[in-house]
Amino acid sequence: MGYPILTEIRRSRVRLKKVLDRLLPVILSIAVFLAVAILASLLLTVIISGGHRLSWNLITNYPSANPNEAGMRSAILGSIYTVGLSTLICIPISMATAIYLVEYSRGGKLSSILSYNISNLAGVPSIIFGVVGLGFLAYWLGMGRTIITGAFTLAILTLPLVTVTSVEALKAIPDDLRHGAYALGATTFQVVRYVVLPRALPMMLTGGILGISRALGEAAPILVVSGLIFIREDPTSLFSKFTVIPLQLYNWISRPQQAFIELSSAGIIILLLVLLILNGIVIGLRYFLIKRAGQL
Amino acid sequence: MMIKSYTQLLSEYLGPGKDKMSDSSEPEVVKVENLKVVYGDKVAIDGISISFKKHYITAIIGPSGCGKSTLLRSINRLNDLIPNAKVYGKVYFNGVDIYSKDVDPVFIRSRISMVFQRPNPFPFSIFDNVAFGLKVNGFKLTKDELYKKVKDALVKAALWDEVKDRLDSHAYSLSGGQQQRLCIARSLAVDPEVLLLDEPTVSLDPISTARIESLLRSIKDEYTIIIVTHNMLQAARVSDYTVVMMPDDHMVGRIIEYGATKEIFTNPRDKRTEDYISGRIG
Amino acid sequence: MTVDARVEALIRHIEKRRRINKFFYFLFFSATLVSTISLIVIFVTLSYESLNFFTQVSIIEFLTHTKWTALFAEKHFGVLPLLNATLITSLIAILVAAPLGVMIALFLSEYASPNLRSIVKPMVETLAGIPTVVYGYFALYFITPRILRGVWEGLQIHNALAVGLMIGVLIIPIVASISDDAMKAVPLDLRHAAYALGARKCDVALRVVLPAALSGVSASIILAFARAMGETMIAAIAGGFRSVLTFNVGEAMETMTAYIAQVATGDAPHGTIEFQSLFAVALFLLLITAALNYVGIKVVRKWAIRY
Repeated sequence: MGYPILTEIRRSRVRLKKVLDRLLPVILSIAVFLAVAILASLLLTVIISGGHRLSWNLITNYPSANPNEAGMRSAILGSIYTVGLSTLICIPISMATAIYLVEYSRGGKLSSILSYNISNLAGVPSIIFGVVGLGFLAYWLGMGRTIITGAFTLAILTLPLVTVTSVEALKAIPDDLRHGAYALGATTFQVVRYVVLPRALPMMLTGGILGISRALGEAAPILVVSGLIFIREDPTSLFSKFTVIPLQLYNWISRPQQAFIELSSAGIIILLLVLLILNGIVIGLRYFLIKRAGQL
Repeated sequence: MMIKSYTQLLSEYLGPGKDKMSDSSEPEVVKVENLKVVYGDKVAIDGISISFKKHYITAIIGPSGCGKSTLLRSINRLNDLIPNAKVYGKVYFNGVDIYSKDVDPVFIRSRISMVFQRPNPFPFSIFDNVAFGLKVNGFKLTKDELYKKVKDALVKAALWDEVKDRLDSHAYSLSGGQQQRLCIARSLAVDPEVLLLDEPTVSLDPISTARIESLLRSIKDEYTIIIVTHNMLQAARVSDYTVVMMPDDHMVGRIIEYGATKEIFTNPRDKRTEDYISGRIG
Repeated sequence: MTVDARVEALIRHIEKRRRINKFFYFLFFSATLVSTISLIVIFVTLSYESLNFFTQVSIIEFLTHTKWTALFAEKHFGVLPLLNATLITSLIAILVAAPLGVMIALFLSEYASPNLRSIVKPMVETLAGIPTVVYGYFALYFITPRILRGVWEGLQIHNALAVGLMIGVLIIPIVASISDDAMKAVPLDLRHAAYALGARKCDVALRVVLPAALSGVSASIILAFARAMGETMIAAIAGGFRSVLTFNVGEAMETMTAYIAQVATGDAPHGTIEFQSLFAVALFLLLITAALNYVGIKVVRKWAIRY
């Protein structure tokens, strides 16, 4: 106790520490608050700007130069066609990939290269998928700037996301069950078919829904594949020209008239509602699955 | 249908020129020769040579980590399922080396079935659990035959009386001991020659344990049973022969003694066996 | 049935089962190849079309010229203005996302109760699920006129600042979720050891958990930066299509992605040099983001092995 100054310094440092200790969670929660606030103000802006423009016209009418009549019927149908088809392509491939990686390969060198490539694919910027869709599918393969080209582009774009969820779904199945079936002389396919898949399917489904909501919101790759075009008719086949909801919104956003900007807000509300419903289904499914897992 | 001998069938299955069978009157169903199992770069067991006699119960005992389960899992190629597990040496089943590349592990596993430490019934009904093995192995059965098979298996596993009125209820509605007997019934339904049990009663209460021990004794005339246990009294109660395993200085599991159970427990030759049995090791 | 007859039936059936199993093995394996083949197709398509481009424009000009006037009569193909815009917007984005993301991660892993966590985490992740068109809209019609113009009057309607800020919000969840994983992976022992030495909670959070999770945190920032560079719609809507080499973030500038969008929506016919330039820019972007992802994934794996 011969150095009163040192003791004083130490004391004040302790005090400082105490304050910091109290303050840190507050500072950190400000970051969380900020993120939530941005989300909230975004939603608020959209609702204030576009709420009064919500109407059935928006869903049932074709785009028009008159904002009071304009709707996004062709874009909605285009989204349903492309995203629906891309889901049909993506989900089986993702499931099969996950089954190969988890059930068949059991961690060899080849499978680690293949799964590494899945994370590589996940890192490719989404617009690149559009550029390649345009260059390879539309021109090289001659599929044109059509619904089917858009669907394949979106399918490959969402492939990594859906595959990763499927892999997680399979890994969540306890090995006990697999070994039990193997010990009775089941083949790998039988183990998958009878024991693993029935259990993992709902969780895999959530991956599929996540893929759908990702594909629904993607504008950039479709912008490149389809171009920014004005469509006033329903798609008639998979080789029709098309547009999608986010592109219709982009079109309206880029116009100078206030009425179209409000229209885009209304369109955004509809798009966000659809995504909200999809995510609600995912959360509900997961909750149900966790509850079921807890019971057993 | 002309009934061929088992050896004949196997040799046909494996193709001509690959006849490595010994005489089928051989009393040793499973014969392990100089077995070594490596996980990654860790040697789990090494230098294991042992024969298991037909229609007897053999117990494998030893302290935890001595590789008992590893040895058991080598006998029906379940180690194949573990990434970076490597098996060296030979395991003969009815004279056929099950690790030769012509042999399908799936076939081996339907003849050498296994029951695990923790009961692991499938998330189906009780009936479907027992019928599962019959289904995957492609037995073409009528509804009545299937029912009879399932019933027989459940009777053998001493579970029939408890579940006969609720075959359609979910397997998870059974108690732990019942679930384990269900797993035994599931294995017996496919009529294996060898039944492997990996510490089947470790998670069960004494009454369930006693039930399982008595059912094992009651079926031993039809099956060759190999049971891993770290409960020496259990080994003494149920088994005819006993294998004692012990990790060496490098934690590699080795067999230190093998013989009739009575001999091992009353007159062990190895000092370590004596120490282990009397509770000084493990 | 005797044992032998049963075995005979078994052996007969096993061949069939083996064939079925093999068939599905090949089916599943081929599906797994799709991702790898897609990567190859992406690379080959971009390279081939770029090759056509680079027979007409030298790589030196592409990499060093300071003018990009592909859509004008007098054409220059210097990628620097586009690259500059991409880097500036991504840098602003990471300046927003890195501190906020790491703070959110620290809050989630060290302070939030499991209940609070299960509410906050999905909310933060929602930020990544909102279509980027919506962010573009928000940047152009809210952030710039209502917020930024309030403090910076000379700001152009289309500007890099608003684009960067919005991309920053978009990538907060990437930083937060990977950092949170890294922090969660720090062993509890380490925390307990620090508490045993008399550390306070803030010491544990800032001096034990954060440094221990540092490689995961840096990986999250690298991966988020790569994602920022690839973002298109926000830049196309709020950044403008003005390809000029400038460092003034209050001005409009065209990112590489916005340029691609501009050409694709325009009427540059297939086979022209404008059309091919789209592939050259795309390839350039792909190479940069691939390098960043490579480093990022490598760092993540290294940290995953350590614990």
